Amino acid sequence: MLLDVEGLGQLIRVLGERGLQVIGPTVVDRAVVYDEIDSADDLPVGWTDEQDGGHYRLHRRDDEARFGYVVGPHSWKRFLFPPRTVLWRAERGDGTFRLIDDRADISRYAFFGVRSCELHAMAIQDRVFLDCDEPDRTYRERRDAAFVVAVNCGEPGGTCFCVSMDTGPQATEGYDLLITELLDSDRHDFLVESGSDAGVEVLAALSGRAVDDDARRAAAEVIEVAVESMGRSLETAGLQQLLEENPEHPRWDHVAERCLACTNCTLVCPTCFCSAVEDTTDVSGGLATRERRWDSCFTMDFSYLHGGSVRSTTRARYRQWMTHKLATWIDQFGSSGCVGCGRCITWCPVGIDITEEAAAIRADVLPTAEKVEVI
Amino acid sequence: MTSARPSLAVWKFSSCDGCQLTLLDCEDELLDVAGALDIAYFLEASRATVDGPYDLSLVEGSITTPDDVERIREVRRSSRRLVTIGACATSGGIQALRNFADVREFAAIVYAQPEFVVTLDTSTAIADHVPVDFELRGCPIDKFQLLDVISAYLLGREPNVPAHSVCVECKLRGNVCVTVAHGIPCLGPVTHAGCGALCPTYDRGCYGCFGPMESPNTASLTERLRELSMPDDDIVCMFRTFNAYAESFRRAGEDIAGRTSRATVPPYPARPEERHDAQASRESHDEGRRSGARGG
Repeated sequence: MLLDVEGLGQLIRVLGERGLQVIGPTVVDRAVVYDEIDSADDLPVGWTDEQDGGHYRLHRRDDEARFGYVVGPHSWKRFLFPPRTVLWRAERGDGTFRLIDDRADISRYAFFGVRSCELHAMAIQDRVFLDCDEPDRTYRERRDAAFVVAVNCGEPGGTCFCVSMDTGPQATEGYDLLITELLDSDRHDFLVESGSDAGVEVLAALSGRAVDDDARRAAAEVIEVAVESMGRSLETAGLQQLLEENPEHPRWDHVAERCLACTNCTLVCPTCFCSAVEDTTDVSGGLATRERRWDSCFTMDFSYLHGGSVRSTTRARYRQWMTHKLATWIDQFGSSGCVGCGRCITWCPVGIDITEEAAAIRADVLPTAEKVEVI
Repeated sequence: MTSARPSLAVWKFSSCDGCQLTLLDCEDELLDVAGALDIAYFLEASRATVDGPYDLSLVEGSITTPDDVERIREVRRSSRRLVTIGACATSGGIQALRNFADVREFAAIVYAQPEFVVTLDTSTAIADHVPVDFELRGCPIDKFQLLDVISAYLLGREPNVPAHSVCVECKLRGNVCVTVAHGIPCLGPVTHAGCGALCPTYDRGCYGCFGPMESPNTASLTERLRELSMPDDDIVCMFRTFNAYAESFRRAGEDIAGRTSRATVPPYPARPEERHDAQASRESHDEGRRSGARGG
């Protein structure tokens, strides 16, 4: 179906009428973040982003594009795997211990404007949280209830490399509806395709035009242009072996000099899933709360075992993160942990670039004799 | 002492009283604190005092006089558990700026008869003088962290006071990074969490009120601040505020000051392609400052 600009607003209204809280891109603090949107006016209309290592700026476009930017500092994990989740609370009475049943209603979201790389990130987190003996209940409930409106990327950013990771820019699965924005001097339409029964249902509630050959051609062109516009690239051939065989590469010292161990890369990453569990009590000791919050392999507490942190140096922590993301993740979950969204590059305060680090190790591989056997 | 409740004492050394006031600011929880602890010595709250020993002592302020040196030993002797609160007590506070200068010169400028002022050359943390059981950071401390430290003490558990960076708190809140998105200088990546990322939440860079985080890479952040066109003198000032004498902040300032005055010291090894630009802009800035000095 082809929707015009009005039709896009209608789509957001219809999702709201179905009892879904619509979360989509919107401009807050001069950046595109994901937050609740009420209408198409809340989208970053006519904005685009300039991204590079440690650098992000919004600029005005000379058109009224609704999706003329890429991903910002937020990712959808913020809603599926929230920064803080209360696991349980309990009250102490006279010799009793009582769990408080205060489970909130399940949040039912419509994620609006999800990029292909982000669909892949969700699929990766699905494997982490759900394909295991103890699936995560909060994640499961939110994921099952979510309606996903994806959008094909028309203008990748300066730190994007989804083509290298084979995760975009065209969305192929994992959505209920898929939008391609068609914008030129003659038209401003949104080609909408359904990817599920729920998507078909929503589409039926919209009034649009039939898709013509022109629109199909224009949509294909959007993807072609995007494929050629990647700001970064990452050579993935043999990458797993390369990293696993080079734990003592001097590049790790080099990156450790620049790395702040601030955790930003991991917290903006749409696949990083680590958390810490914190127990708190009130002063009287009558109420205890166990909470899960985002954690990062860059903190000292993260690898703290009896007697100290296993990864006490920044070198060890960066190596752990990057090697896990690009190599051992494949052993653990069957795919790379990187979707090429570029957030870790853009939002690193000192602009450390995972593609540049990998390329540097590849360019200067140690002689075989010096390699350390990985056990 | 017949009370079964643990006794609490709150002590003041060189400080502004803001951290002690954080306890009184606990409003909703203050009655719970008073119920769980016997407030035995807290001059900010009451003239009525009970003699020690005390189960829990909260110590605010830094050591700046010969009398302080003696008194903190007495406090330590009378305290079962001693917790220092705030930047003054944990790093020497803003008054540790004297450590980089001549305090007698200051006294001569400020006081009509400086010979009456008995003071040490330095302002130092409590832990530099006596063993400390736990240090709670901040200028001022965070109310919720203080309550957690007290609750943890009462229940015999570890307090939840993570030593990671302020960046973690920004990301938990969903803040947009002020450095990356707006080019604002921010100490968040090298600063100990605890404030809930208060300043970045209001579009300001972090001032470093909670002192250095667990593994601060101040050299790398210094390079970044230079890229943001911040003059070296200003970067030194940024590190030298409430936690100026905390070791890594002190060294950060000294490294910059040392490098500025001694051109032979090799610069920080930035990425090769960036080193040129950073160095060029630094040199042009120095040049500008020198010509400015000539003009003045």
